[in-house]
Amino acid sequence: MPADLHRIPPDPHAARSASFEAHVLPHLDAAYNLARWLARDDADAQDVAQEAMLRAFRYFDSFHGGDARVWLLAIVRNTYYSLRMKTPPDALHETFDDEVHTLVDEQPSPEARTLIAMDIGSLQAALENLPHPLREAIVLRELEECSYKEIASITGQKIGTVMSRLARARERLKAELTRHSTEARRHDVQ
Amino acid sequence: MMCNDARLLVHAYLDDELDAAQSVAITRHMQGCASCAANYADYVQLHKSLKQPSLYRRAPSALREQWSTSTSMPAPSRNRVTVRRAPTALAMAAGFAAALLLAAPLWVYTSSQRNAETNQVIGEAVSSHIRSMQPEHLMDVVSTDQHTVKPWFDGKLDFSPKVKDLAGEGFPLVGGRLDALDGHSVAALIYKRHLHIINLYQWPDSSAASSEEASQWRGYNVIRWTASNMRYVAVSDVNEGELQQFVLAFQNDAATPPMR
Repeated sequence: MPADLHRIPPDPHAARSASFEAHVLPHLDAAYNLARWLARDDADAQDVAQEAMLRAFRYFDSFHGGDARVWLLAIVRNTYYSLRMKTPPDALHETFDDEVHTLVDEQPSPEARTLIAMDIGSLQAALENLPHPLREAIVLRELEECSYKEIASITGQKIGTVMSRLARARERLKAELTRHSTEARRHDVQ
Repeated sequence: MMCNDARLLVHAYLDDELDAAQSVAITRHMQGCASCAANYADYVQLHKSLKQPSLYRRAPSALREQWSTSTSMPAPSRNRVTVRRAPTALAMAAGFAAALLLAAPLWVYTSSQRNAETNQVIGEAVSSHIRSMQPEHLMDVVSTDQHTVKPWFDGKLDFSPKVKDLAGEGFPLVGGRLDALDGHSVAALIYKRHLHIINLYQWPDSSAASSEEASQWRGYNVIRWTASNMRYVAVSDVNEGELQQFVLAFQNDAATPPMR
C-alpha cells in the first residue's frame, strides 16, 4: 500500500493558521494589556483586542519575521486610535504638545519614596489620568518592558521623543502620587 | 553634567538605555548631587511599584478561549470533521480495492482542498462583516425599500442579486453594498435584527444547490448555502438560532420556484 496515500497535501491556509498561532497568539496578554490601558474600560479593551487580533490574522501575510509582539502591539495601538474615531471629535484630536507638557517642578519630598511604594490604587489612578501619549509610553516601558527602540517602532516616534515622554510620564506620576497623599494627610488632620 | 541634563538622562539610565560614557557621567553627577540622587531613588521605587502584577491586565478568559488553540482556527464546522475523516476511510478502502488505489489520492486532495477553500470563504466573510461594522463602511445604498436596493446594483455587478425585505419576519432590510469575497464581486445586503447587523453576501455559483451549512468563526455565526445557481453566505453576531430563522425567511419564497 503506497505510503503517500496518507500524505495530505499541504494546506496553505492551515499552515498560515499554525504560524499565526505560534507567533502571534502568545502575545494575546500583551495585546490586551495595552488595549486595556489605552481604553481604560474592560468592554472597550476586549473590543479593541478582538479587532486587533482579527486585523493581525488578516494581515499576517505582511508579517515578515522580526518581533511579533512589537508588530502586534503596533496593530493594537492603531486599532485603538482608529476605533476611537467613533468618539466625539473633541476627544479624537487630543493633540499632544510636547512643549506644553514640560517637566513638572519637582519638590524634594522625604516620604515620596514610601508613598510611591505603598499605594497601588493611587498609582493605578495616576496612570489612568496620564494623557494617552504619555500613558502608552510608560505602559509599554514598565509593564511590557519594551526597549526605547521597540516603543519607537510601535508608536512611530523618534527615540528621543520616547525618552522625553517617559521622563514626563514618570514625573507626572510622581507628582500626582505625592499630591494625592499630601491631600489625604491634610484630610486626616482636619 | 548639569542637573537639568541629568533630569532627563536619569530616566534613560534607569531604563539601561545609555551608552557607557553617559552612564559614567550620570553616576558621577549623582555622587555629587544629593537632589538628583534622591530623584533617581524615587524613580527606582516607581519602577518597582509598576512591576506589581495586579497592574498588568491579562486577557480575560472569554477572549483567550476565542483565540486559544483548542477551539481556534478556521471554522469548527460540523462538516469539517467528516471531511477530514473521509480521506482516511478512503485510503483504507484503497488498500483493498485496486480500482480505488488510483482514485483515492485524488479524492484526498480535492476534499481537503475544498475544505481549505470553504474555510477561506468563511474567514473572508467574517472579516468583511467586521469591516462593514466600522464607521462609514456599512452601506453604499441606504434604503429599507427592496425596490430601491435592487436597482442600485444594476450595472455594478454582472448578476442581479435577490433582494427581499424581511421586516415582517423581524429582519428589516437597511441597505446594500458592493463587496469582494473569494475573488468575486459580491452583493452584500444588510439586515438588522434588533441592534445586531446581519450581512448577507451573494454571488453566482454554478455548483449544485446545497443545503445550508452552519459554522462559527471567532464567535460569529456563518450560514452558507447554494440555491438557483447563487451562493449565499450570511454572517452575524446574532445567535445561530436567529440566523437560521433569518436564512429560512430569506429562502422562504425560493421554496416556491420563481415563475419563469
